[in-house]
Amino acid sequence: MIRLNNVHKSYGTGSNSLHVLKGINLEIEEGGFVSIMGSSGSGKSTLLNILGILDNYDEGSYYLNGMLVKEMSEKKAAQLRNEMLGFVFQSFNLISFKNAMENVALPLYYQGVSRKKRNKIAHEYLDKLGLLSWAEHMPNELSGGQKQRVAIARSLITQPKIIVADEPTGALDTSTSYEVMEILKEINEDGITVVIVTHEHDIAAMTRQIIRLKDGIISEIIKNGDLKQWKHQYSKELEIA
Amino acid sequence: MFDIDKWQEIIATIKKNKMRTFLTGFSVAWGIFMLMILLGSGNGLSNGVAQNFMRDAVNAMWMWSGRTSIPYQGMKENRQIRFTNSDYDLIKKIPETEFASGRYYISGNRLAYGNEFGEYTAITCHPELKEVESIEMVQGRFINEVDILQTRKSVVLGQDIYDALFKKQEAIGEYIKINNVPFKVVGICREGGGTRHRNAYIPVSTGQKVFNGANRLHNFALTINAQSIEESKAVEEKVRAALARKHKFDPTDRAALGSYNKLENYLQTMRIFQAIKIFIWIIGTGTLIAGVVGVSNIMLIVVKERTKEIGIRKAIGASPSSVVGLILLESILITTVAGYIGLVLGTGLMEGLNFFVEQQYATAAASNNGNGDIIFRNPTVSLNVAATATMLLVIAGAIAGYIPAKRAARIKPIEALRDE
Repeated sequence: MIRLNNVHKSYGTGSNSLHVLKGINLEIEEGGFVSIMGSSGSGKSTLLNILGILDNYDEGSYYLNGMLVKEMSEKKAAQLRNEMLGFVFQSFNLISFKNAMENVALPLYYQGVSRKKRNKIAHEYLDKLGLLSWAEHMPNELSGGQKQRVAIARSLITQPKIIVADEPTGALDTSTSYEVMEILKEINEDGITVVIVTHEHDIAAMTRQIIRLKDGIISEIIKNGDLKQWKHQYSKELEIA
Repeated sequence: MFDIDKWQEIIATIKKNKMRTFLTGFSVAWGIFMLMILLGSGNGLSNGVAQNFMRDAVNAMWMWSGRTSIPYQGMKENRQIRFTNSDYDLIKKIPETEFASGRYYISGNRLAYGNEFGEYTAITCHPELKEVESIEMVQGRFINEVDILQTRKSVVLGQDIYDALFKKQEAIGEYIKINNVPFKVVGICREGGGTRHRNAYIPVSTGQKVFNGANRLHNFALTINAQSIEESKAVEEKVRAALARKHKFDPTDRAALGSYNKLENYLQTMRIFQAIKIFIWIIGTGTLIAGVVGVSNIMLIVVKERTKEIGIRKAIGASPSSVVGLILLESILITTVAGYIGLVLGTGLMEGLNFFVEQQYATAAASNNGNGDIIFRNPTVSLNVAATATMLLVIAGAIAGYIPAKRAARIKPIEALRDE
C-alpha cells in the first residue's frame, strides 16, 4: 500500500538547511495498523505529512497504492488526498463556523456530491461514532473527544484506503484517548490502513507495528508478535525509572 | 460559476462571518455612497448656476460710448464719441440684432412718493430692454411703444423701490416724482437673475425730453442671434465696425466704444464649472480608490484569517482553484450587494434632497411670482456613472481578493495548518 525508498527531506535553504529525513525506507501493507514514534525533532510528523501528501520530499520515491507520488500538481494531490486518504489531527482542525454534520460532509462537497446526499451520509457516519444527537452542534460546543470523533467521521466519509493520524490523542485525556484508539482499531479491522504518529507508548502499543525514528532515520521496526515482548520490556524500564 | 452548491457554501460562510462581511461591505457601500453625494452635489451646483444664468439672456451684449484713445483719420485722440437716436436705428438694422435698447443717463435719481423718498437708478430704455435683461413683471406692464412715441411719463418700478415707497399699497396709477418730475407708475418688475431690484425704468424718449437729453444716447443693450462664442464675437465686431464708420474712430479702440459680451462671460463661467466637475471627479476617484484600498485590506485580512480553514479544506481535497473561487466569489458577492446598497442609499439621499430643493424652489417661486432664486438644482447622478463606479469597485475588490487568495491556495496545506 505504502512504499518509501530512500526518502530525504530538508527544510530551509543554504546554510540554514535542516536535514530532517535522511533516507527513509519503509513498507506498509494494506490493512496495516502502524504507529510512528520518536522523540521530538526525529522527523515523525514530517514523515507523516509526506505519507499524507500534505508535504513534498526532496529525494527518493514514494509509491502510494502502486502510484508514484512525486512532483504532483496541487490539483492532482488534492484529488488523491480526497479519494485515498483521511486525516485526523491533534488539534482536530474542524472548521469553526460549520456544525458537526457540515464538517463531516465537507470532503464529499469536493467530490461533487449533492448537499442533501452528503448530509445524509454525514448523518450515517456520525451515527456510527455515536454523535448523531450532536450533528447540529458547532465545534466549540463539543468536548475534545467528541471533536476528534467528528474529525474521524470526516476522515472516513470518503471511504479512504488510508487514515493518517497526527497525534490523534495528543490533546485528549487517557480514557478519551483509549476510546479514540478503540475507534481507530475498529476502522482498521474494516480493512483500512491506519498510520498514526504518537509519542505515547501505551497508544503505540495498541497498534500492530511500531516504527521508531531517530535523527531522521528508522532505528527500529517492531512488529505484531514482538509487541508483547516490547511492552513487557517497556514496563520493566518504567519500573526501574 | 452557477453551481448552486457552490453558492450555498459561500452564503453559508457569509452568514457565519457577519462582522467580516459587514466590514467589507461597509467600506464598499460607503465609497459608493460618498461618490454619489459628491457627484450629485457637483451636478446640483452646476445645474443651479446654469439655470440662473439662463434666465438672463445669455446672448446679451452691452455697448457704451467714451473718448477715443487712438488717433484716427487725422483726428486726435481723446475725442468724445456721442451716440444719438440714429445710432439706435443703425443697430436695429443689423440683421443679427434680435432686441436692442438705448439708454440716456440721467443724473441725480431721487425717487419720491408722498413723504417717502430714496436714491435709486432711473434707467431710460426702449421696450426691448425687457427681453435683453430678462425683466419679469410682478404687476402691471413694462414700458411700451406708445410710451416712447407719445413721450409719456410712465415708470416701471423695481420690486425694492415699490416696497420702500409704497409699503404694499396699490401703486399702479399712482404718481411718483423722479427729480421732482411726476411719473405715473405702470408696472412693478424684478430683474432676471438678480437679487436686488432697485432700478426704475422710464421711456427713453421721455428721459431725453424731460432731462435735456435732446437725441443723445449713452449706451445700448442688445441681444443677438449667436450660438457660439465665435459667432457672438463676429456680431460684436460687426456692430463695432458700423458704429466706428459712422463716428470715425478706430474699430479696435475699446476706449471709444466699450462693450461687454455676456455669452463670452457665460461660456467662461461654464468652463469654470467644467473645471469644478473635473475636480469633483478627481475627489470621487480618490474616494473610489480609498474604497478599493479598504476592500483590499479587508481581503488580505480575510485570507490571513482563513489560512487555517484553507489548509483544512486543502487537506480534505480542495483543489487550489476551488479555494480561489470560494474566496473570490464571496468577495464579489459582498462587494456587489454592498455597492448596490450604497448606490441605492446615495441616490435615495440625493433624490430626497432634490425633492426638498424643488419644494423650496416652488415656495420661493410662489412668493416671488415664478421667480425662485436658488443655486442648487437637480442634484442627481446619471445611472450609468453610478453603475460604472460600482462595477469598478467590484472588479477592484475581486482583483484585491484574487492576489492573496491565489497565494493562500498555493501554500502547502501543512504550512496552513501549522499556522495556529
